[in-house]
Amino acid sequence: MSEASPAKAYALHLGVIALLFALSFVLPEYHHGLLARIMVLAVFAMGYNMLFGYVGLLSLGHAMFFAAGLYGAGFAVIHLGWNVPLAFLAGIACGALLALVIGLLALRTTGVAFMIVTMMFAQVFYLVILYFAAWTGGDQGLVVPQPARVLNLGATSLDLTNPTVRYMSALALFSIVLLITLAVVRSRYGRVLVAVRENEERTKMLGYDTFSNKLIAVVVSGTICAASGAAYALLFGYVGSSLASVQYSILPLLWVLLGGAATTLGALIGTVFMYYVIDIASGYTSAYLLIVGIALILLVLFFPKGILGTIRQRWLGWLP
Amino acid sequence: MMPLLTTKNLARNFGGLRAVDGVDFQLMPGEIRAVIGPNGAGKTTFVSLISGRIQPSSGMIVFDGTDITSRPAYLRVRQGIAYTFQITSVFANLSAYDNVALPVQRTLTDGRSKGAVRTGVMAALERTGLADRAHMPAGQLSYGHQRLLEVAMGLALKPRLLILDEPTQGLADSEIDNFIELVREIAKSATVLLIEHNMPVVMQLADRITVFNAGRILAEGTPEQIRANTQVQEAYLGTAP
Ligand SMILES: Nc1ncnc2c1ncn2[C@@H]1O[C@H](COP(=O)(O)OP(=O)(O)O)[C@@H](O)[C@H]1O
Ligand SMILES: [Mg+2]
Repeated sequence: MSEASPAKAYALHLGVIALLFALSFVLPEYHHGLLARIMVLAVFAMGYNMLFGYVGLLSLGHAMFFAAGLYGAGFAVIHLGWNVPLAFLAGIACGALLALVIGLLALRTTGVAFMIVTMMFAQVFYLVILYFAAWTGGDQGLVVPQPARVLNLGATSLDLTNPTVRYMSALALFSIVLLITLAVVRSRYGRVLVAVRENEERTKMLGYDTFSNKLIAVVVSGTICAASGAAYALLFGYVGSSLASVQYSILPLLWVLLGGAATTLGALIGTVFMYYVIDIASGYTSAYLLIVGIALILLVLFFPKGILGTIRQRWLGWLP
Repeated sequence: MMPLLTTKNLARNFGGLRAVDGVDFQLMPGEIRAVIGPNGAGKTTFVSLISGRIQPSSGMIVFDGTDITSRPAYLRVRQGIAYTFQITSVFANLSAYDNVALPVQRTLTDGRSKGAVRTGVMAALERTGLADRAHMPAGQLSYGHQRLLEVAMGLALKPRLLILDEPTQGLADSEIDNFIELVREIAKSATVLLIEHNMPVVMQLADRITVFNAGRILAEGTPEQIRANTQVQEAYLGTAP
């Protein structure tokens, strides 16, 4: 936010990207696959964080933006036979459009009403998916056929079902979104978003049209979440209604809270943390949700600002 | 000369209370106008109507020849009306620097100023004596410094009309002297509407004084005229002979 240490911040983010790149060559197969999925979902969390962390708008309906990307890309391949890049763009466009409409309607409210309104819209979206089972596969979902998940680049073609290609595609998306997020929050616009979060009335009295700024933030946030959903469909080949359920609206909130709201890297840390706690806990007991619950409570008690938020507060004030 | 600001029969009710009750008011460009009056007289409500922070129940506001009565607050700010809050309302969790950067970058976007954000911010902080505290969170500044930060934010908006609502409240005597100098300097490039309780400050700064009482203008005139006005003395100064 402040003018200090841009070089440090960019170096740290590039370092994280380099680390993830290097991990691709050393991780065992299982963790390699898991991390690819985590990176795609961390993009979802980054999109959520843009609105929740920086603007302070708590949505309980972001599953609809993720699902808009998921179904947008999935339909484009399955029903329209589009190629991978076009399908990816279709997913993003669906999310952006949906976010614009939802933003125009939901931003008339704030606080608890905003939470309820976004949750209701997401529920409608979910029910529509179930209702049009003929196209969506209902609660069974759809599988994106393997032959369609190939990226043709002139002479060469990349098979997205290949683990390395999949990992690198996930990393590419993650990196782009991470750097965009960093640039946005360090920009003048990022400063306005934080001002809206801290005191919207005051921000208006400094000449800002806060409604428009919030609307842009909803669209950016929804578009990033849709990019995550579209990548999920194309990389993992599954388009299902469970990914549009209320659980997928709450998960990004948890990831962001765990990692640290309004931190650029918190989304990744929170998503990794949650996945591995579940993974490790479910190896020991079938009551793994209990362990997840306890881990969450401990975190809230000892890291109320999330992992990275607390680190920033205590030690590294320059973290963006 | 055309007035910079005119209000016509401006009124605002809160329930049954007529906080501002049919005010006709004119402000000439370049003047320093003080608004005084007892607590609850409607001064804050009046300037809030001008800034657009609250909507009038009836009446009209004209700024620089255009009717701005129904214009949203953020557009009035861009037109040059800056409001500094009576109840300090800086962004407590942001640095003093970021607090001032917000108005500076706004004027840059609007094309009302030129140059880098940093230059504009440091200029406003220097004028208010806060430059060495640029990187402190605003919430950790002393109360007096938060008041000055409010003024710095107002200044940074490059206003044509700067509204200051009890800016010296909580300032030490030494700070008040600097403040008077600051307002004089601001007045070289902007019209100043100053709500103030501290009478020595009012008497030193104001070209003209408007006295509010119970939502209405009780009297208006030069400092000498107001000092000599017995009605004002009864209502406000409490020193009727
Ligand atoms: N938002 C509000 N709701 C209800 N009453 C208000 C509100 N704001 C101000 N008032 C009332 O309006 C009157 C004028 O208040 P104000 O403009 O703050 O006076 P002043 O600034 O001159 O002290 C007071 O009686 C106050 O209680
Ligand atoms: Mg007042």
